[in-house]
Amino acid sequence: MTGFDFPPPAMPAGTDALRAEVRAFLADSQAALGWRPDSDFGSDWSASFSRSLGARGWIGMCWPKQYGGRERSALERYVVIEELLAAGAPVYAHWVADRQSGPLLLRFGGEEQRQAILPRIAAGECYFAIGMSEPDSGSDLASVRTRAERTADGWRIDGTKVWTSNAHRSQYMIALCRTGPAGESRHEGLSQFLIDLEADGVRVSPIVNLAGKHDFNECVFEDVTVPADRLIGQEGDGWRQVTGELALERSGPERILSTFHLFAVLVERAGPSPEPQLAEAIGRLTAELYALRAMSLAVAGQLEKGEFPEVEAAIVKDMGTRFEAEVVETLRRAVPLEPVAGGSANAPSLEAALGATVLGLPSFTLRGGTNEILRSIIARGLGVR
Amino acid sequence: MSDETVRLIEKTADDLFAAESETARAALAEGAWPERLWQTFAETGLAQAALPEEAGGAGVVAGLAVLRAAGRHAAPIPVAETMVGTLLCHAASIEAPAGPLSVHALPDGAGVGGVTTLPRVPWARFVSTVVVAAPGEGLASCKPVDIGEGANLAGEPRDDVTLAGPPDRFVSCPPEVDGFALMALARAAQLRGAMEHVLAMSVGYAQDRVQFGRPLARFQAIQHYLAEIAGEAAATGAAVDAAPQAGTPFAFAAAKSRASQAAGTVARLAHQVHGAIGYTAEHDLHIWTKRLWAWRDECGNEAHWWQVLGAETARGGGAALWPTMVAASGSAVEEAASGGAVEEAASGSAVEEAASGSAAVEEGGSP
Repeated sequence: MTGFDFPPPAMPAGTDALRAEVRAFLADSQAALGWRPDSDFGSDWSASFSRSLGARGWIGMCWPKQYGGRERSALERYVVIEELLAAGAPVYAHWVADRQSGPLLLRFGGEEQRQAILPRIAAGECYFAIGMSEPDSGSDLASVRTRAERTADGWRIDGTKVWTSNAHRSQYMIALCRTGPAGESRHEGLSQFLIDLEADGVRVSPIVNLAGKHDFNECVFEDVTVPADRLIGQEGDGWRQVTGELALERSGPERILSTFHLFAVLVERAGPSPEPQLAEAIGRLTAELYALRAMSLAVAGQLEKGEFPEVEAAIVKDMGTRFEAEVVETLRRAVPLEPVAGGSANAPSLEAALGATVLGLPSFTLRGGTNEILRSIIARGLGVR
Repeated sequence: MSDETVRLIEKTADDLFAAESETARAALAEGAWPERLWQTFAETGLAQAALPEEAGGAGVVAGLAVLRAAGRHAAPIPVAETMVGTLLCHAASIEAPAGPLSVHALPDGAGVGGVTTLPRVPWARFVSTVVVAAPGEGLASCKPVDIGEGANLAGEPRDDVTLAGPPDRFVSCPPEVDGFALMALARAAQLRGAMEHVLAMSVGYAQDRVQFGRPLARFQAIQHYLAEIAGEAAATGAAVDAAPQAGTPFAFAAAKSRASQAAGTVARLAHQVHGAIGYTAEHDLHIWTKRLWAWRDECGNEAHWWQVLGAETARGGGAALWPTMVAASGSAVEEAASGGAVEEAASGSAVEEAASGSAAVEEGGSP
């Protein structure tokens, strides 16, 4: 049969109680730490929020206990993170480490690194940057030129990574480097390395985005020496590992809920009995979010079963990110106002929150694989290309 | 009902519809009732598939699987109407009339009043009984006295029916069992099957057809159309699949609106991929795209269901939006120990309605 199924997973027992626990935690946390609901991962960097979440056992929660995890299921983690995102909580600091760097280390990392790093991630105090893109390698990731050369007791790394979010406030990067010839497939000769961002020879400089914010960085590596055990997984397996990592990055609730805060604002502004035209617009978003959530949950269920739903994940991200933009378009048409710059998405004024989100939107359909790359992955899944 | 049982039922339906539908469509085009397809369908008991197990069925999930197969093969018999009519009769604790059924279900807020004519009743000229479902009144079985023949874009009978008198002798039906919403979900499942077939045809055509020295499938623009069709079909499928588990009116509305929205995009892009040959009567594509164009407007189009959803969402307010979304997906939330906003949200009207709807549909035959 042509096409893809997203079967609804059976939720583990106790899911409702866990959800209620997270909601209660968030209400308390908001009062205690004073954060405001935000769009887009809660773009505030809040180490204190991350630590408080770690203390509750909600970071790295699927990992083995010996590495600081709680051995909960992927679906329980799904419930926790979707509640955090729907509440607009400031989850940005630990997000990458929890979602992909930690799982990557757990699967392919050396034992010493796992013991040293995973418990710190789970505690909400160790953060990661993703070292994939380069000045000449965007969507075409196989063309990376950052080199790792073998030395007597490890590796020496030279090259430049760009668009590296949060490298200036993270401890580590996992970098995709060339360790050998690309081969005919172009996917050979790539390897991943764990790099300490404080190491000698690492230079991190800001790349300010169009909203005037500093998330991106350029990271230059000049003769950075790393010990042998910082190679993650097998030499030459980098492409396969990165592809697996990207699948984790594509299907989560963060690909459908980045603008949920503004959707709630729209519903609030519409009042309890809106005109049919506005009700229709709200209903359209509601149906889309309902379907996307079902798809995203189904992918979580497939991951839980050990399947590798790469194509399904690509569908979620392609459609989810377009929905996120549609929320903004609907809001600005329904509640006429003029967005202003310089605010943040959690600004008290809707004009500033809308302005920050409008300026953030272009990145939604680029990061983690452009929607065009995603559609090519989907097409390949259909058997064409 | 186990996944394996549902798969077997779907396989049975798939094989049956695959073998008989083409001949049956030809018969229908000549104005004849596709008796052989109907007989095989009736003999296999697939019309009862959506009933609960204790009533001899396999549950709503199995029913949706049969409807998906019917859509995939454009089976020209009243599969949805007979299935929903049977389900409604079961909910009202009456025996379903034998033979093919039609359903005339009214949306919430509409009353049957003193009407003696029913517009665009599916398959009316071929059925023994039209099951009229009216919110607040219940079910009535009606025998047509006169029929004005009509059809939808795909040539499926949609007849104007004259009754001897206004429907009376209503049998009470649990108020939560909403015939209009059930028909909408059934159409959504058929739409989903039709989209799958259109996707398969489009992929096949793109691989076979060579232009500029290479198959269409090698062109990125075409690849992206195919990906978009697959995405629309997948979103429809996910919304339909989630509906039985959720069992809420909200979920049924989401499924039909998502399906109706997707139908137009899928048909448009499939025709774009197929080019001129797909625009001919000779090529089969129109058999399915006409169903997409017809079914998306039946049983409430996307605008109708968006308004229903939007009104319900708005009633709860912004703070209840997320709890409403979660509850609508069938995972009810226990009240939080603290936090005014959360408690307020969890006790909001939308959530309560969703929860009561969930109980209702279980009664109506959810597995």
